[in-house]
Amino acid sequence: MNKRKLRDIIGTNLMRIATLFISLLFFLILILLIYRSALVLGTHSIIDVLFSSIWNPDNGQFGLAAVLIDTILVTGIALLVAIPISLLSAVYIVEYAPLKLRRTIRPFIDVLAGVPSVVYGLCAFLFLAPFVKDIVAPWFGVQSTGLCIFSAAIILSIMVFPIIISLCIESFDAIPISLKEASLSIGATKWETVKKVVFRASAPNIMAAILLGFGRAFGETIAVNMVIGGTIRLPSSIFNPGETLASLIASKYGELMSIPLHESALMLVALILFIVVLLFYFLGFLLLRRAKKRWSY
Amino acid sequence: MIASVCIVLGSLIIIFGLVIMNGASSLTLEMITQTPTLTPPGSPPGGGILNAIVGSLLLALPATAFASLIGISIALFLQTDFLHPAVSNTIRFMLDVLWGIPSIIYGIFCLMIMIYIGMSSSLIVGMIALTMLEIPIITRCMDESIKMVPIGLREGSYSLGSTKFETAVRVVRRQAFPGILAGILLGLGRGIGDAASILFTAGFSNRIPTSIFDSTAALPTMIYNLYSTPLGQSKAFAAAFILLIIVLVVSVLSRLLTRRFKKHIIK
Amino acid sequence: MSMESYQIETKNLNVHYHKNHVLKNVDIKIPAKQLTAVIGPSGCGKTTLLKSFNRLLEIQEEVKIEGQILVDGENILDRKGSEIPDIRKKMGLLSQKPYPLPMSIRDNVAYGLRIHSTKNKGEIEKTVEHCLQEVGLWNEVKDRLHDPASRLSVGQQQRLCLARAIAVQPEVLLCDEPTSALDPISAQQIEKLLLKLKKEYTVVLVTHTLRQAKRVADYVIFLYFGMVIEQGTADEFFNNPKNPETKAYLSGEIS
Repeated sequence: MNKRKLRDIIGTNLMRIATLFISLLFFLILILLIYRSALVLGTHSIIDVLFSSIWNPDNGQFGLAAVLIDTILVTGIALLVAIPISLLSAVYIVEYAPLKLRRTIRPFIDVLAGVPSVVYGLCAFLFLAPFVKDIVAPWFGVQSTGLCIFSAAIILSIMVFPIIISLCIESFDAIPISLKEASLSIGATKWETVKKVVFRASAPNIMAAILLGFGRAFGETIAVNMVIGGTIRLPSSIFNPGETLASLIASKYGELMSIPLHESALMLVALILFIVVLLFYFLGFLLLRRAKKRWSY
Repeated sequence: MIASVCIVLGSLIIIFGLVIMNGASSLTLEMITQTPTLTPPGSPPGGGILNAIVGSLLLALPATAFASLIGISIALFLQTDFLHPAVSNTIRFMLDVLWGIPSIIYGIFCLMIMIYIGMSSSLIVGMIALTMLEIPIITRCMDESIKMVPIGLREGSYSLGSTKFETAVRVVRRQAFPGILAGILLGLGRGIGDAASILFTAGFSNRIPTSIFDSTAALPTMIYNLYSTPLGQSKAFAAAFILLIIVLVVSVLSRLLTRRFKKHIIK
Repeated sequence: MSMESYQIETKNLNVHYHKNHVLKNVDIKIPAKQLTAVIGPSGCGKTTLLKSFNRLLEIQEEVKIEGQILVDGENILDRKGSEIPDIRKKMGLLSQKPYPLPMSIRDNVAYGLRIHSTKNKGEIEKTVEHCLQEVGLWNEVKDRLHDPASRLSVGQQQRLCLARAIAVQPEVLLCDEPTSALDPISAQQIEKLLLKLKKEYTVVLVTHTLRQAKRVADYVIFLYFGMVIEQGTADEFFNNPKNPETKAYLSGEIS
């Protein structure tokens, strides 16, 4: 066997091993989470865990309802704010902004996508929270420490902007100018063209961007943990403190590491996170495939 | 519409501005060249954040190196020349999921293994966690740019008698090089900034680690630990400032290198 | 010639595109309800000229337009931005490569109708059918009007784009080498359609095959490196060219 062939075989097998390794890692993580959650699921029914709002580990109560509601609120509000603003910004940047502005904004947004969550959390803690406490909450007639669901949602939406915007910009840019010309030449206005042609042609990519944004918002641990207040109780308003699934793990892990049952509960939370992300990505994959077939240009 | 852009830009400028303003003032020479000193409780923590700076570098650089090696192997292997498309697309999906899950799951995973083996939180465990975190990111980025290599190029190489492996390594890699580089930088940026995965795995220490089995501080964990203590906030901001600089450098480098290497690729 | 009216006229039209002087002092007249062919070698500004008529040029960056473009006697370059969609409605555009909008066949044709007029659903359906019949596409697609337009063949897509253009009842049809991306049979279909349509619409056809121009044109404009070399009726142009460059082009020396 000559040197060349040997190199070829070794090289190809190394690649094969690396690929195998990462595939195994995927399943290993999943299996480990399931295995470790088994303990708490053995003694508590899943219905109890999901629908009870009493979290008292020392009493053996692991109700996640409050946490689930908080997670939905935080993620929902964040996306509700981020999606329209990001879409409109992307449209403006690609279709309406003068060339110079466009060139300076794009790198800026890319940089912002790379800012670590801790930094967002730090700024949110020191500036957003007091702002909410002193101005926003009183405006709604509510008292708040500022460390609440609302603050977490707002900082999350800021974190999600760069993701959705940069993906949308890429997508809008990729639309051939002749397609837009085809619409304009019939006498459509620029905005009509954006609504009916640009958005439609980019629909699959916009969906992908939103899914990615959802993933980021849903799974964000650190920044949310720093401003959400860490209370596990059913919220009566969005200015109450709370805890999301992800931030719960960060908050409680130190305390509960030693007791297997408690740790198992947290593993269950991690498992839920993993499965939700998995499901959403799968949903996204299916939707994208279908949309690509329907709206290709 | 313009309002939207203003909101986005405004909020992002505010964040940048805050970090820069507060961070710059805390960023004395002492801050970056000294490790924290022990001071009586109640007085501001003394010393600097050198332990965190060094710790972050020691964690992230090797992790990125390993993740890149593994990543490029996987990315090249995912081409249709080696694997059936259904298989490679499934693997791509798994990589996407691994990219999308919260990084704390990597922390937990490594923590479990760490406890099972009997190790304690240390540099090496943190490195492993970061490597796992970075692999999906780096791999998918490389994969996307490799996908864009025109098939004619590969066919040309095969028709000259090259094997799949040789084509992958010599032709494809060169053509996709800018994208590959961008992927590595993206992974590095993520690795340095991530707190959740190393929170439990790398531990914390006021000293610079001397062996890979030492606990170590890192910039993100330092911020996380100190942000709520009024006296520690200057350190937190200094750390945040440094992180921002690193992010900026990585981003600028990524653009420059991509532009420079684009000369060599064929359209 | 003296009794013909001119639908489009340009006076001293100069267009700069990315600092290149693409159209130089262009003075042309396009007669109404006839087919005018704009011919010349590739890259001489024919498409630029066409797209300046419906002010589509301006959506690109770094474009400077000077001079006058008169449509029915009125300088369209004077009009404000908000009035441009109305100008464009008057002129249908057929591009080189068909660009069906990312929607169903029916929606493609109905697109302009829904934007401009308040016709009810029934009337829109009738107009869609009428336009598709005009371009000879009706029998081929009547059973699948809700299918995405991208599923049609290239030749069918081009006819669809034509149907889409005439649905809003323009007065002018601007055609930019509409057959160059098509197979010979589809190309022939489009040519026949243009011959039919020129009775109702003013057609401006950019082409770089002389043979096509000879087959369909009533009036010819020869553009060479951004300058109008010669213009006249097809008869005069092909049989009695006055300019040396025209003669060279017609004989195939320059292309």
